[in-house]
Amino acid sequence: MSDLKYTKEHEWLRIEGDVGTCGITDYAQDQLGDVVFVEVPEKGLSVEQNGDIAVVESVKAASEIYAPVAGEVVEGNAALADTPDLVNSDPLGAGWFFKIRIADASQLDGLMDEAAYKEYVESLG
Amino acid sequence: MVSESGALGRTPLYDLHVELGAKMVPFAGYDMPVQYPAGILSEHKHTRAAAGLFDVSHMGQVSLRGDDPAAALESLVPGDIAGLEDGRMRYTQFTNDAGGILDDLMVTRRGDHLFLVVNAGCKEDDIAHLRAALAGRCEVETHDDRALIALQGPEAAAVLTRLAGAGVVTMPFMAAADVAVDGVDCFVTRSGYTGEDGYEISCPGEASDGLARRLLAEAEVEPIGLGARDSLRLEAGLCLYGHDIDTTTTPIEAALLWSIGKRRREEGGFPGDAVIQAQIRDGAPRRRVGIQPEGRAPAREHAAVHIPGGAAIGEVTSGGFGPSVGRPVAMGYVETAHAKAGTALELTVRGKALPAEVAKLPFQPQRYYRG
Repeated sequence: MSDLKYTKEHEWLRIEGDVGTCGITDYAQDQLGDVVFVEVPEKGLSVEQNGDIAVVESVKAASEIYAPVAGEVVEGNAALADTPDLVNSDPLGAGWFFKIRIADASQLDGLMDEAAYKEYVESLG
Repeated sequence: MVSESGALGRTPLYDLHVELGAKMVPFAGYDMPVQYPAGILSEHKHTRAAAGLFDVSHMGQVSLRGDDPAAALESLVPGDIAGLEDGRMRYTQFTNDAGGILDDLMVTRRGDHLFLVVNAGCKEDDIAHLRAALAGRCEVETHDDRALIALQGPEAAAVLTRLAGAGVVTMPFMAAADVAVDGVDCFVTRSGYTGEDGYEISCPGEASDGLARRLLAEAEVEPIGLGARDSLRLEAGLCLYGHDIDTTTTPIEAALLWSIGKRRREEGGFPGDAVIQAQIRDGAPRRRVGIQPEGRAPAREHAAVHIPGGAAIGEVTSGGFGPSVGRPVAMGYVETAHAKAGTALELTVRGKALPAEVAKLPFQPQRYYRG
């Protein structure tokens, strides 16, 4: 699990070579509640770091998902169109949002590792 | 009760909510349960399948007494209150001089007086309005010491019978009665805000915790938070004050003409009567309608409504996902020319055009007990 990085917006990024798979954390899905709609990006979309890249809607509210790093979208998770609840049931697995080709690996240094993210979540109370 | 310091008020069921693991949020000055561990989807579906218990003690309970409280109240609302039989309840609105809605409320004739239930967020203004407008005609008594518990869903009658006897089963929708529930003297109405059969139970605040626990001990009953209360009422096509109706919308624009009796339509005698009677006669410029977005993306409050590819004609006032209908649902206002069911619309959601159409309300068939 050492290849997992996290953002303060509660996204995770699993890095394999120059491609990162991104989703939202268990904490985030718990805060959102039942997810009823996810809009994932199209393949080929180029985004800046922290740019809008996806949308997740629970029964309660809509939330934007921001790109943890700059890059080009390799794939969006098509399964979320019909089964958005995968985000609740398996947030770090089948509930992934998109895969992105990482443009600048140095941006990864600004993300949190698992221990730092755990501490961050605890600090939120 | 809401304190002067701005701290959040607590209903008598606060400790129970916390004990049940509720996520508490500020709502209309109160610390209220938005959901329990089951979550909004499951709470919503449970209410439609069995029975849900809602704490609505934050709402205002008010008695109006006087020589003729019905005639007095009719000077403030367009509903037919004089024609309300003893033990019957009616939905109406406080209107202003422009025909706008100050609040919506339930009125029950209870022997020599009227019993009102008003929205939590409006109750202080409503009470001040009643006292000022009806000074010398009515005594306005508030029941801050009472709790209000809603029991909603197809099993509500079976559950309440076990605790209150068979009499509650044959009460028709919008009837009221004094009933002992598990030995507690309660004032029960067959009403609610979910589109399902059910009851609202007014009881002394100090007895409410025990009564709620007793009801929750029944196998069919689960606690339901404000989140599911909102999605249930939206599927049922019911207005939420401050969202679907407010001082800028008239009852006619809000498609609430059904709540104004024939005599009141003709005679007027309520604030804004000239505006409302003119709209009844000539039509209103806009109308509240159901809106069915295409696809799975929900449209939320304040999303703009357009003619497909064309002009703006209105706004979404409530929108979200309908757990029972399994798709997004919304309500909003459109210009009257575009208010017919099936009319194609376009909603602006996050800067993108989302196809939609005018839908008949309710989205979920109402299942009231009509006797």
